[in-house]
Amino acid sequence: MHEAAALPVSRRAEAEGAVRPLEGLGLRVERAGRVLLDIPELRMSGSEITALMGFNGSGKSLLLRVLAGLVQPDAGTVLWAGRPPGRERARRLGFVFQKPVLLRRSAAANIRYALKVAGFPRAEIAGRTEAALASAGLQGLAGSPARVLSGGEQQRLAVARALALEPEVLFLDEPTASLDPGSTLAIEALVAGARGRGTKIVLVTHDAGQARRLAQEILFLQQGRLVERASAGQFFTGPQSEAARAFLEGRIHI
Amino acid sequence: MQDFGSAVWQALGLVASFDRDLLEIVLLSLRVSLTAVLAAGLVGLPLGAVLAVLRFPGSGLLVVLLNAMMGLPPVVVGLVLYLLLSHAGVLGPLNLLYTPTAMIVAQAVLVTPIIAALARQTVADIRGEYREQLQVLGVSRRTEVATLLWDARYSLLTAMVAGFGRAIAEVGAVIIVGGNINHVTRVMTTTIALETSKGNLALALGLGMILLSLTILVNAAVQGLRATAARTAYA
Repeated sequence: MHEAAALPVSRRAEAEGAVRPLEGLGLRVERAGRVLLDIPELRMSGSEITALMGFNGSGKSLLLRVLAGLVQPDAGTVLWAGRPPGRERARRLGFVFQKPVLLRRSAAANIRYALKVAGFPRAEIAGRTEAALASAGLQGLAGSPARVLSGGEQQRLAVARALALEPEVLFLDEPTASLDPGSTLAIEALVAGARGRGTKIVLVTHDAGQARRLAQEILFLQQGRLVERASAGQFFTGPQSEAARAFLEGRIHI
Repeated sequence: MQDFGSAVWQALGLVASFDRDLLEIVLLSLRVSLTAVLAAGLVGLPLGAVLAVLRFPGSGLLVVLLNAMMGLPPVVVGLVLYLLLSHAGVLGPLNLLYTPTAMIVAQAVLVTPIIAALARQTVADIRGEYREQLQVLGVSRRTEVATLLWDARYSLLTAMVAGFGRAIAEVGAVIIVGGNINHVTRVMTTTIALETSKGNLALALGLGMILLSLTILVNAAVQGLRATAARTAYA
């Protein structure tokens, strides 16, 4: 607390987090001589929902993985609250993959596992697991093997597991790309609820409708570069870059 | 020398009558091989998992060696152990030569690389799927190894069964360190070899049938277990 009090007011809220704000400096990823990501400076603070958008291969998912510490950039640094990523602090963020990765255990055991690893007190684990399952409408499936659940249920479980840890930041990589509209809305409700509890959301999506429904801020990437950063309202009414206009109009952009 | 048909009949008679000597040999075989596989699993499973998870200087070479050791010639293992366990050997004072314990050690040495190599492959496969998720959860290396071993448990049974198949069918190593002593270290394979050479085909065939049946039974049991696990997507 003393440390936070010494900081300027504008930074005080951010300084309380272990991983916020997220920063990337001079990020560069190359594979076989091709530049996949080239972002000189990026800083994300606050707790709005940020959507990363762009064509296939624009580097959205890669940027998400780099920011989450899953991929080591060839050059540049990622900073979580001013410090490089570390295993202990990784527990303060959540990541949901397009194809959910569920352990070969029951739905409830998947959540218990995450809570246990994150170091939640033993006495709280059962209650938190129950609450997480209920939040995703999965209370009736607590004992079911996670991997026999439907695609929508699996992704809800993956999101509920991530949110059970009360992360400061939640990364979602096209979480609804293979889901039906009902499941998509259920995931979106979970995400919106998390934002309400103060979790910063960074979401990769191809779905402009989803970005419109959820996001307050849009980062538009093209060929590994950040070409546009705007509030959602501004982006959808008057995108500045030609690429973003083409994207929104559904044109193929070369 | 008996003709084949009458040998088979006699063999079936021995098996059906639960011949005491036969039973003793079968039980010793099972005790030796199951103990060896258990010991090999205790070493081989964690070793395989650690090799699947950790990268350190020389880990690649270690994997190559491990895979090569899957084909260790039993007689060579038997010979080396014989030298170690014989009176002049380093482990001579333990007085283990020609005991079931020596046979267990020999089979465990043979089977550990098999279980470890198969476990490494199995765990590496499942790790490919889990790695990023576990990383995001902030899982330590130790917990990662334990998680992967647990979640691969049904696949790892197959590695254990492969090890058991090798152990129970092996003759070269146990005959050298066990000595095939009647009522002490006589197991199915060594008895089959001995009785065949003596022309006592009935006993040899009877044991052969039991050996085959046991192998089939163990495989069927594990396959059944895996099928059950597959239905719940735990395998």
